[in-house]
Amino acid sequence: MKPRVGIPRALLYYNYFPLWEVFFKELGAEVVLSGLTNKKILDDGVNCCVDDACLPMKVFHGHIIELKDRVDYLFVPRLISVERNEYICPKFCGLPDMVLNSVKDLPTVIDCTINLRNSSSSLRRAVLDVGRLFTGDYRRIYTAYRKAVLCLESFEGLMEKGATPLEAMKGDYSKAGEYHYSIGLIGHPYNIYDNYMSMRIIDKLRDRGVNVITQDMICSNELDRIARDFSKPMFWSFGKSIMAASRYLIDKRHVKGIIYLVAFGCGLDALVGDLVERRIRKKGIPFCLLTIDEHTGEAGIDTRLEAFIDMLEWGGTAKCW
Amino acid sequence: MLVTFPHMGNAYIAMKSVLEDLGVEVLVPPPCTKRTLELGTKYSPELACLPLKLNIGNYIEAIERGAEVIVMAGGCGPCRFGYYAEVQREILQDLGYSFKMVVLERPQGNVRDFVKKIAIITGGKTVFRVLASIKRATRVAVLMDELERLCWQIRPREKSGGTVSRLMREFHSQALNTRGSVGLAALIGEYKDRISRVETKGNKEVLGIGIVGEIYTVIEPFVNISIAEKLGDLGAEVDKSITVSYWVINHLIKEALHLHNKNELQEASYPYLRSFVGGHGQESVANTVLYKRRGYDGVIHLLPFTCMPEIVARSVLPEVSHRYGIPVMTLVLDEMTGEAGYMTRLEAFVDLIRRKKEMKGLYGERILSGD
Repeated sequence: MKPRVGIPRALLYYNYFPLWEVFFKELGAEVVLSGLTNKKILDDGVNCCVDDACLPMKVFHGHIIELKDRVDYLFVPRLISVERNEYICPKFCGLPDMVLNSVKDLPTVIDCTINLRNSSSSLRRAVLDVGRLFTGDYRRIYTAYRKAVLCLESFEGLMEKGATPLEAMKGDYSKAGEYHYSIGLIGHPYNIYDNYMSMRIIDKLRDRGVNVITQDMICSNELDRIARDFSKPMFWSFGKSIMAASRYLIDKRHVKGIIYLVAFGCGLDALVGDLVERRIRKKGIPFCLLTIDEHTGEAGIDTRLEAFIDMLEWGGTAKCW
Repeated sequence: MLVTFPHMGNAYIAMKSVLEDLGVEVLVPPPCTKRTLELGTKYSPELACLPLKLNIGNYIEAIERGAEVIVMAGGCGPCRFGYYAEVQREILQDLGYSFKMVVLERPQGNVRDFVKKIAIITGGKTVFRVLASIKRATRVAVLMDELERLCWQIRPREKSGGTVSRLMREFHSQALNTRGSVGLAALIGEYKDRISRVETKGNKEVLGIGIVGEIYTVIEPFVNISIAEKLGDLGAEVDKSITVSYWVINHLIKEALHLHNKNELQEASYPYLRSFVGGHGQESVANTVLYKRRGYDGVIHLLPFTCMPEIVARSVLPEVSHRYGIPVMTLVLDEMTGEAGYMTRLEAFVDLIRRKKEMKGLYGERILSGD
């Protein structure tokens, strides 16, 4: 029987799932995904995770609980850094430890460390370490990894054409069509694209005829170029792309407004959000900061979204009001 | 050019020492008060961590008194501290203050860069003089921490309660008027002498409590509501895992020269937290284990609300506490922390570990009833 590898549908799922899926499948494993985030997953996560963790971390714990009894392996990589001189966030550095110490009766956890901060050698080692669990054939591991990387690249290509990760995974970018005008939606991918946490914010905006541009729909080279002009290099990868995306949206895309979706308790969003907001407000572009947490009521979010869109459509800039 | 810097417990003594030795006019911001916190909370991002807010309060109060240059430390992540200066500069600029901010980052193998930045403040003193001043200030920081450590030891044993705390208040008010490393070192020496002569009950049994956690909350008495003093008065000898001199020597100097030996810390935290998580998260876990090995009775873990590295530490600490049988209490501190509730928790914790010791027959006085 094929070994079953469980991948929680949370956190970096929205950035790397195509890579992980192809890699494990090529190695002869069966990939099992946790279900879509729902009330039960959220509640389970809130119950077992440390209480001052941020919402996405709690949701991640919920997905682990949903998945743990159905699989032989749980894939919880320790992604310290995915780019030179950058980190993801302290909680990602300790993610496997948080899970191992908070959730009981876990299957084998695959917690390979990926730290590209100083050198790229740890990636090679991580790929081999994970691959060896399934096969002794090094060439097969490398072939699987190469295939997986190609798949990730085409996935990222689709996103830059305007598809959300979920659409890009299905190979569909038809919804990224013609709209009346664009607004920018920035925030951590795992907050924006999780339809339960974000309360389908992208669909709601598109239903109102608004084209949504997230930071993942912007060419990453462009973002890197903008990031080089920061007064101090931003050492969080997501923080960097959020900040660069906000500048790009202001200067190049002439969006009508920008929405920043933050999770309560997110340390990065607290600082990055403040820097982004100051800059956007100085440019006179309408800005809306939506904070989501485990209590958020959908009606409240809807009201704020509607009010924001009405404000944009009824004319003027924020100054008119 | 009047130079200021944010407060962090007794760190101002070392800062004063290094800057005054270089002939710089120093303005020590007024000690953190409720107003400092209110100013900081008003102008900082809501979910930013507490140290950032208090720094803002310090800056504003210092600028009001005429400070022109702010010296701040930097970092390279993943803890938010590394980006503090950027955010703080924006906040102060938007408030319309005029000032200059010099961010001293950890010299990443490039000591010259570090010295160059200091030259902006000092106005082109020789590298040698700058390094000599840093060396002397490090010495002052070490002496200062020795003085604090002495207080932690004497306080639970003193005959008439409050003597040590009174002497320390006196010390701090005199330190503000003392210039340079020589004067400060002499003052520290004098008070060390006076405090060691405070009358004690020689054979009194005391509890040992280790304090771990995020550096600012561990060191700054305004934020931790003078935890060392309170625990001392409750009859516990405290030890702080992180002190100013530890930070300066290990994080600023040794790390830059790649001499910081973390083997012991990594070994102690490995079964629970296998990776560096930024800030002092891994140290908190490791030091909890080390306190147990050194025979301490309990550990208090301090962190500001939303502190990212310490949240990771907090999520593994219950396991450490369980496995090693050492009581650990986590206290999350923010602008809403009330002294009475905090005091109750400290008292309860001290009673709990005292009873634990009593049950094992290790503690002579019987304080609590029951078996």
